[in-house]
Amino acid sequence: MAAVGGTLAQEHCGGFSFENCKRNAILEKMGAKLPTARKTGTTICGVVFKDGVILGADTRATEDTIVADKNCSKIHYIAPNIYCCGAGTAADTEYVTQLISSNIGLHSLSTGRQARIVTALRMLKQLLFRYQGYISAALVLGGVDLNGPTLHTVYPHGSTDKLPYVTMGSGSLAAMSLEEAKKLVRDAIAAGIFNDLGSGSNIDLCVITKEGTEYLRPYDVANEKGVRRGRYSYKRGTTG
Amino acid sequence: MAAVHGLLSHPQQNKMMASSDYPDWMTAEHKTGTTIMAVEFNGGVVIGADSRTTTGAYIANRVTDKLTPVTEKVFCCRSGSAAATQAIADVAKYQLNFLSIEMGEQPLVKTVANVFSIPLGGMCVRQPFAIGGSGSTYIYGHCDATFKGNMTKEECFSFVSNAVALAMARDGSSGGIIRLAAIDETGIERRVILGNELPTFYEG
Repeated sequence: MAAVGGTLAQEHCGGFSFENCKRNAILEKMGAKLPTARKTGTTICGVVFKDGVILGADTRATEDTIVADKNCSKIHYIAPNIYCCGAGTAADTEYVTQLISSNIGLHSLSTGRQARIVTALRMLKQLLFRYQGYISAALVLGGVDLNGPTLHTVYPHGSTDKLPYVTMGSGSLAAMSLEEAKKLVRDAIAAGIFNDLGSGSNIDLCVITKEGTEYLRPYDVANEKGVRRGRYSYKRGTTG
Repeated sequence: MAAVHGLLSHPQQNKMMASSDYPDWMTAEHKTGTTIMAVEFNGGVVIGADSRTTTGAYIANRVTDKLTPVTEKVFCCRSGSAAATQAIADVAKYQLNFLSIEMGEQPLVKTVANVFSIPLGGMCVRQPFAIGGSGSTYIYGHCDATFKGNMTKEECFSFVSNAVALAMARDGSSGGIIRLAAIDETGIERRVILGNELPTFYEG
């Protein structure tokens, strides 16, 4: 064991260790800048209801601590019956979804059939797996095809989950009406907008059913700008 | 990454921040810190797994299905990186499907009633029962003590569910529900043991 300043350095043996606290405090006093906790992000979500899928997203894009875009669109088009919410690096989510959209378009032209969600899912996961997580696109893929409404999540490393309805509440979800489902997604995104500094501005929704797609942008303006109640300028002649 | 998973930054331009700026659960790879196992009975096998998928300390999916079919009657239990195991299972599934079309019959039907343990290196050992994943280290003793040869299907089901429940109780990265499946000549029988129905043991 090494001897430090004449005393034996105590070997660390489990539990919390505060040995660096004093050192860090001294370093900070000497002018060193310690890394601060920072959180950035996006809020996206989706829900399966009786006849279709609803995707939701906030509309804030950040660059470090700056809000770069107050009203950006995070629900991306894949096919008329498939849409995709994107979190992660904006450029990555944008281009990955555009690429898959293009390939899906060609695929459905060559087969003469409507695109399936699993096809888009497989293309996405194989692409993302090939890039070993360096494409930072975290996606919620949803749509309606011949297998009915389905919802998947895709992680940047290329793993996917089919979201079972139980994660989103209970079996009653299957019988949820359109308005109830919209409200649920709105509330979920609003929670993200109000509690997460990295998410903000408006709430976009995308409702996909057999009959078609309805893109609601914005569905709700979470932070309505207030109206100035009084007049705060000096009356004409005050200084004259 | 769903509602709960939209945690990454969304910079307008492609500007990456140092990874140390984030807590690990934002950027870490998804792992199935896992308990998986399989036992053979006369004429088939029973396989079982927990249902937890984690990103660092965050549970990304609490009802994962880690019992993945590769052919009609051959299943694998996945543990490790979710992305890698899904990719490998997909490739194996594709190749075996191709082979079965070429041969005109299901491949390796004789594999039914066989249990193999395949660790990272690719070593292949035939065993009467096999356990794997991070949680398995906690139950080696239990399995060795309670395993009996020539168990019935029901005995196998309770052997697997007890062992997986014990591992889930001790391993932080295993948990959720238990998914079980029995595979024999006739086909697949799937079962689920929900969180409130798990077998309980001494809990301190």
